[in-house]
Amino acid sequence: MGELTLELGAVLLLALGLKGLAKIRTARAANGLAALALLLAVVGLLLQQGLDGWPWMLLGLGVGGGLGALLAFKVAMTAMPETVALFNGCGGLSSLLVAIGAAQLPTPLNLLGQVSVLASVLVGSITFSGSLVAMGKLQEWLGTPGWTQKPQRHAINNTLAVATLVCCGLVLKGMAVALIPLTVLSLLLGVGLTLPVGGADMPVVISLLNSYSGVAAAAAGFVVGSELLIVAGAMVGAAGLILTQVMCTAMNRSLTSVLFGGAMGAAPAGGADGAKEEGYKNVTSCSAEECALTLEAAERVVFVPGYGLAVAQAQHSLKELAKLLEQQGIAVSYAIHPVAGRMPGHMNVLLAEADVPYDQLIEMDTINPEFPRTDVVIVLGANDVVNPRAKSDPSSPLYGMPVLEVDQARSVFVVKRSLGSGYAGIRNDLFELPQTSMVFGDAKQVLQTLLQELRALGVGKVPAGAGAGR
Amino acid sequence: MSGALSGTEALWVLVLGSLLGLELIGKVPPTLHTPLMSGANAISGITLLAALVLIAEAPTPALRLVGATALGFALFNVVGGFLVTDRMLAMFKRKGSN
Repeated sequence: MGELTLELGAVLLLALGLKGLAKIRTARAANGLAALALLLAVVGLLLQQGLDGWPWMLLGLGVGGGLGALLAFKVAMTAMPETVALFNGCGGLSSLLVAIGAAQLPTPLNLLGQVSVLASVLVGSITFSGSLVAMGKLQEWLGTPGWTQKPQRHAINNTLAVATLVCCGLVLKGMAVALIPLTVLSLLLGVGLTLPVGGADMPVVISLLNSYSGVAAAAAGFVVGSELLIVAGAMVGAAGLILTQVMCTAMNRSLTSVLFGGAMGAAPAGGADGAKEEGYKNVTSCSAEECALTLEAAERVVFVPGYGLAVAQAQHSLKELAKLLEQQGIAVSYAIHPVAGRMPGHMNVLLAEADVPYDQLIEMDTINPEFPRTDVVIVLGANDVVNPRAKSDPSSPLYGMPVLEVDQARSVFVVKRSLGSGYAGIRNDLFELPQTSMVFGDAKQVLQTLLQELRALGVGKVPAGAGAGR
Repeated sequence: MSGALSGTEALWVLVLGSLLGLELIGKVPPTLHTPLMSGANAISGITLLAALVLIAEAPTPALRLVGATALGFALFNVVGGFLVTDRMLAMFKRKGSN
């Protein structure tokens, strides 16, 4: 009975863990609970089946666990989305391998077992190859090739899908060899489905693939006859779907348009290049010094951080600047778009890394009405999430996406390397507005200059040494 | 394979587990989307249980190696996933706590 208690305990802890992960206060403890649940599950299983084959178990545990821990400690916070994609792909690969292995066992599988093997191979393969493509795209090792935007890709994917089903049929008819072409075709299908999706939509795809890996795990649970695995897989699969839906809502995209609509902005041929430098008119640019003078006179300042800020490793300089302005009595907050960074919530993580208190991070719906009362907005390495076209131009691929309405503020400074288009490859009308000034340069350098200039102006040295020594 | 599990029971478990998953996550503050995805992802590595069963039941070393490889990839997912999630969550602090 000891095993049963452990397994039930594991399910309970998993449920509590998933629930707790959705609240800031409990999230960290909940993560620990979920990890404990997995430990209980493993102990329960080993009590049940004994330690037969322990050297092999030790090998897998040591190598896999060791490498996982190593990567987890080494990876930079900016690379988090692609890291999650990599982990997810490995989970899918594991389900795939288990299913193939289980099909080779001498004990014949019943129909349900066979169908489960097929489901596990199919979903596991798609998860694996799809996650690797997603990782490649986020790392910018892979682009979005032009041919993937042609309508023929649907024909190719449909053919692949039909072919996988044919292979499934053959396996059920007793042709076990058909598992090999099934695996290859499913892997290709994963690539075929993920490659056409534009970089900006990649987080949604990762979230969906995360849900798939849960489904693959549940299928593996059917194969080996483990209720615990079925419950846990089903929970993660369902929770992943909800999270995917939440992300789609935040970007005002439907799941079908993300998956089958192709990359945003890539459709008009050559549009991405054509819209670059020469496309902008009446752009004003200014130096960091001028920006500092405006800042000094402001009462309310809002920063809009984007992925560019994180790439430049400028979070810490930004925090320093915010502190200086606060010492001067200037109200400072950070406007966080739901999909700032490369994944919803990614920017919060990046700013938390720089010790920015999370109650200064204001969500879009709360801060949008505040912009008309804001003196200065500084946009740092963000682009598509502040594009006014999303509200005004029905022909824009961004149309309808909720954006931060920074164009309502009195003055806007956009810190950017050049006038290049954003991650989604779409031009930004904000740059041409009369109240907008571009500050060209690397985010970190611009912030450092701003700090120097403000200090030279005497900002932050308010009465009775309140600031200086900190 | 634990023969105790009948097909219908397994399907019930699947349906109820899915419903539980749909209910558990309702409103999530955007701050937590990335950690939640990462944590859920670590949990999906629970497929390591299947790998352990495979190792125990495999009659040949080749098949055991397949099981061990599957176990390795699953554990990479689990250990890496939980640690990375913890690293992210450890950074959330309230104002004034530092």
